[in-house]
Amino acid sequence: MISRLREKGMELVFLAAACISILCVALICIFLFANGLPAMREIGVAGFLLGKVWKPGADIYGIFPMIAGSVYVTGFALLIGVPVALLTAIYLAYFCPEGVYRFVKPAIDLMAGIPSVVYGFFGIAVLVPAVRSVGEVWNARGNSILTAAILLAIMILPTMIGVAEPALKAVPRSYYEGALALGATHERSVFAAVLPAAKSGILAGIVLGMGRAMGETMAVIMVAGNQARMPKGIWQGIRTLTGNIVLEMGYAAGLHREALIATGVVLFAFVLMINLAFSVLRKGEHA
Amino acid sequence: MNASISLRGGGMRKTLTCITKCIRLWGYRKHIGSRMLGLCVHAAAALTVTVLGFLVVYIMVRGIPNLRPSLFAWEYTSDNQSMLPAMINTCTMTVISLLLAVPFGVGAAIYLQEYARRGSAITKVTQITTQTLSGIPSIVYGLFGMLMFGGALGMGYSLISGALTLAMMILPLIMRTTQEALSSVPDLYREGSYGLGAGKLRTVFSVVLPSAAPGILSGVILAIGRIAGETAALMYTSGTVAKIAGPGDSGATLALHMYKQASEGLYLNEAYATSVVLLAVVLAINFCADRAAKLITKGRG
Repeated sequence: MISRLREKGMELVFLAAACISILCVALICIFLFANGLPAMREIGVAGFLLGKVWKPGADIYGIFPMIAGSVYVTGFALLIGVPVALLTAIYLAYFCPEGVYRFVKPAIDLMAGIPSVVYGFFGIAVLVPAVRSVGEVWNARGNSILTAAILLAIMILPTMIGVAEPALKAVPRSYYEGALALGATHERSVFAAVLPAAKSGILAGIVLGMGRAMGETMAVIMVAGNQARMPKGIWQGIRTLTGNIVLEMGYAAGLHREALIATGVVLFAFVLMINLAFSVLRKGEHA
Repeated sequence: MNASISLRGGGMRKTLTCITKCIRLWGYRKHIGSRMLGLCVHAAAALTVTVLGFLVVYIMVRGIPNLRPSLFAWEYTSDNQSMLPAMINTCTMTVISLLLAVPFGVGAAIYLQEYARRGSAITKVTQITTQTLSGIPSIVYGLFGMLMFGGALGMGYSLISGALTLAMMILPLIMRTTQEALSSVPDLYREGSYGLGAGKLRTVFSVVLPSAAPGILSGVILAIGRIAGETAALMYTSGTVAKIAGPGDSGATLALHMYKQASEGLYLNEAYATSVVLLAVVLAINFCADRAAKLITKGRG
């Protein structure tokens, strides 16, 4: 009898633990929305999301420059990162000799673990001066969209490779062999037969990388320049949604503080949408 | 070229692969496109590895000469820029976060893997919520931690408030790795245990958990790595005070300490030194996690 009770009791304890993650999501939503939405209402949703001026001193809160900044930086990061990540994933799955694989694969996995401050510091020390000197003709600043995009591209490489490579490997061997048997070269078989079959897994990797790039904070504020104005070309600085929160939260009060939390809500919404896309793509892969 | 695909075998087979490779290379005269693609693939892989290698080597080369004993002084002053308080804070933070997250994470995984029926409502919902949690950017966790633990619960800037935030952040990681580890334990073990008359609880604790231990451990180690490297979530929860802090005080972890040094731009040499320590710690932690994960496959033969 007692042991029955204990069995049942522990099952309930485990059940409670399982519910914690649900509780966490609920709490995050409640706290962010409860603190962010009133500010959005006060400023006006359209004025907040589409306003092109961010001047907390004058009580003007428009985050469109930051939304544009996040989108620009993420977009360029994907533009640079996706081809490299995709080709590297293909290399790992179909070109890599086993001896090399044993070193390269863990190295890329380790890359995912490097803290973002270290990436950011690397950006300050190496990328910023490099971009400044390369773009001298275009009046480039070192802290620019391009610098942030390159840094983010490096940071999301392991994420994208980590999802795309297993997806490529999961394609049945018969696809590859069929193409070979029809006389295609190794490369052509991989690119024309295997790659299309792994499409949804690869897309999922790209979307996951996109989410990472959008949410990245410290590395980006260290190299992006952080000017709260509309983007003026890739050689000039920009501020992202994440940067806006970190930079001003320290001294913000009143409506300014709430506007920053509302910025967090917008970021949260963006990332939720991206994650939704990711899980839909993942489902497509398994079906 | 594609040794990963070619079957492994004796010397005979090796010569054969070599010959086919030569034939293929000869045949490539006519397939410029394929050759270009092949080159691109190799170039991209080389680029990825080079960038990684350059990053690690650059930080090491610039940082190691700057590692001075004064950087590990007991007290932080603006002169010595000591990172020891930050290292101790990182340890405190790690311990508290793990104490909070591991029991819940492992418990949740046990319920989902051992008790819940497959495809039941709770497994579906928790799958969605853990996925959501693992996708939320750390700055959003930071905002939430500031609002809930720092604000609503009145903890202010303190290690405990930061640790609670981080515990939420690593919860999905621990749940996922534990679930994977549990699911890789063969059902035979469980059946054997039941056959000997053990109850469910006893089976879980004395048969399933011990054999899943390396997998769980690898998840925990990965979580330590995330805690050590985290900045954005801690900036407005644990604060940036550079002194050895108790759980109720504000104190910067190593990553946050490094961010301050790097972004102020006054102590770049010290920042290099700090980043060497941070990088070495995180790489070592991840390496251990990898090893632990391999134990599980090895043990199973």
